[in-house]
Amino acid sequence: MSERRPVPFRGGGFAPTPRRVVPWIVFAVLIGLWQAASSSGLLPPLFMPSPAAIVRALYALWLDGTLMEHVTASLKRIVPGWIIGTAAGLALGLAMGIFSSARAAGLPIVSALFPIPKIALLPVLILWLGIGEPSKVATIALGVFFPTVISAYTACDSVPRNLIRMAQSFGLPARDIVAKIVLPGAMPGILAGFRISASVALLLVVAAEMIGAQHGIGAFVLTARNLMQTDQLLAGVVVLSILGLLISWGLGRVERSVLRWR
Amino acid sequence: MPLHIEKVSHSYGAVEALKDIDLDIADGETVVLIGPSGCGKSTLLGIIGGLLEPTAGRVSLSGPPPADSLNPFTYIFQDFALLPWRSVAANVALALEHRGLGAAECRERVAAALALTSLAEFAAAYPKQLSGGMRQRVGIARALVVRPAVLLLDEPLSALDAQTRELLMEDLLAIWAREKSTRVYVTHNLEEAARLADRVVVLSRRPGCIRKVLRIDVPVAERGRLEHAALLIDVHRRLWSLIRDEAATAEREMLDV
Repeated sequence: MSERRPVPFRGGGFAPTPRRVVPWIVFAVLIGLWQAASSSGLLPPLFMPSPAAIVRALYALWLDGTLMEHVTASLKRIVPGWIIGTAAGLALGLAMGIFSSARAAGLPIVSALFPIPKIALLPVLILWLGIGEPSKVATIALGVFFPTVISAYTACDSVPRNLIRMAQSFGLPARDIVAKIVLPGAMPGILAGFRISASVALLLVVAAEMIGAQHGIGAFVLTARNLMQTDQLLAGVVVLSILGLLISWGLGRVERSVLRWR
Repeated sequence: MPLHIEKVSHSYGAVEALKDIDLDIADGETVVLIGPSGCGKSTLLGIIGGLLEPTAGRVSLSGPPPADSLNPFTYIFQDFALLPWRSVAANVALALEHRGLGAAECRERVAAALALTSLAEFAAAYPKQLSGGMRQRVGIARALVVRPAVLLLDEPLSALDAQTRELLMEDLLAIWAREKSTRVYVTHNLEEAARLADRVVVLSRRPGCIRKVLRIDVPVAERGRLEHAALLIDVHRRLWSLIRDEAATAEREMLDV
């Protein structure tokens, strides 16, 4: 009998496991380093204010109401723009997903117009609709429209064929197949498209406000730069980041409740 | 219902899938279609239930379907084809909702079908929470709820493991002993054929045509008995000798993709 040797374990690793504290530590360390660099005078405050200065600026803006004024102005453009673009985009996208003729008619036009950076259309829209709110809302709506069309019709395509055949085999009328199979089956893809279109809306509102607006976060950031108020400028950027996070969190909630079956 | 398949042929473009299939199926009979892959057995099943239009020939029932049958030709699918966003009860109800029944009658029928497939306690569960066997039971309940005249089973047990398959075969036999329907069952599993069929129809490879029809005289209910074990082994062996060479050819064929 020779000596028994245990089989060495070699199957560990390569399985992502949650590490809840690590992200917070990374944040804390980065901000701490930044603050240290500012406090020691390594970073000139005019070009890179300290985190504390940005927080102070945010707090002051909150107290005197300017913050909410600008956020509200931006939301008044994002919300109607996103809703109009999404409603129109879903209407065309679902039609293209369901009817071959709608797809044949719509696809070439959508493919041709999709790559245009929609902010380039703002001057044209200002010419047509004036410098006020409608041109900005229309820019956002256009920017939201195209990705929504594409996500809606590809989502329809991703509905398994066998489910549609099953429904046909049970004699479901076409209307019911759309309502009970195609739409719920396309829902994950449509909601994923909402994330994209929401970030497009945020991007476009800032750009549009930088081109011509008195109020709104984009206008605020631009003014802060013109006055070299770097702390306010970065406070505006932080507000944008928070806004983006809130939108994404809200969509996550919607996804979890609509797609509970997944 | 007696079912008649007359001179049915089908081609996918230039590829001939089925050629001149003639088959009469008696009322209440279970016919199992077997054959090597690519023999067109699933195509034939699709044609029987009106999901595919044959290039030539026709399928007909003798007389009108029974009045209480909501969906005379009803399928049970290999991949179950359940809606993941609907509960078990709602998946079964899908087959009824557009039939203009009252809500109470719908509920009653669904409950009866779930009871018949021992799913009553899973009515509120979602498909992803169920094992493969339970999912196929939902598929079976959904088919029974419309009282089919002809039940079309497209490899219903192929996606299941061997033990689950055995259990579901027992379930199917128990249900069939009570429910009157004519059944066409496609499989590549010879044991299922020997256990479930009144007649086994062996199809040949592309273009699929009927190579042999084998009647098994022992009633299906008695086939589990020891005294018939030799018979079942013999059926299995005869079926295998009929399709073995073609199955080998099919298996060595390059896939056209």
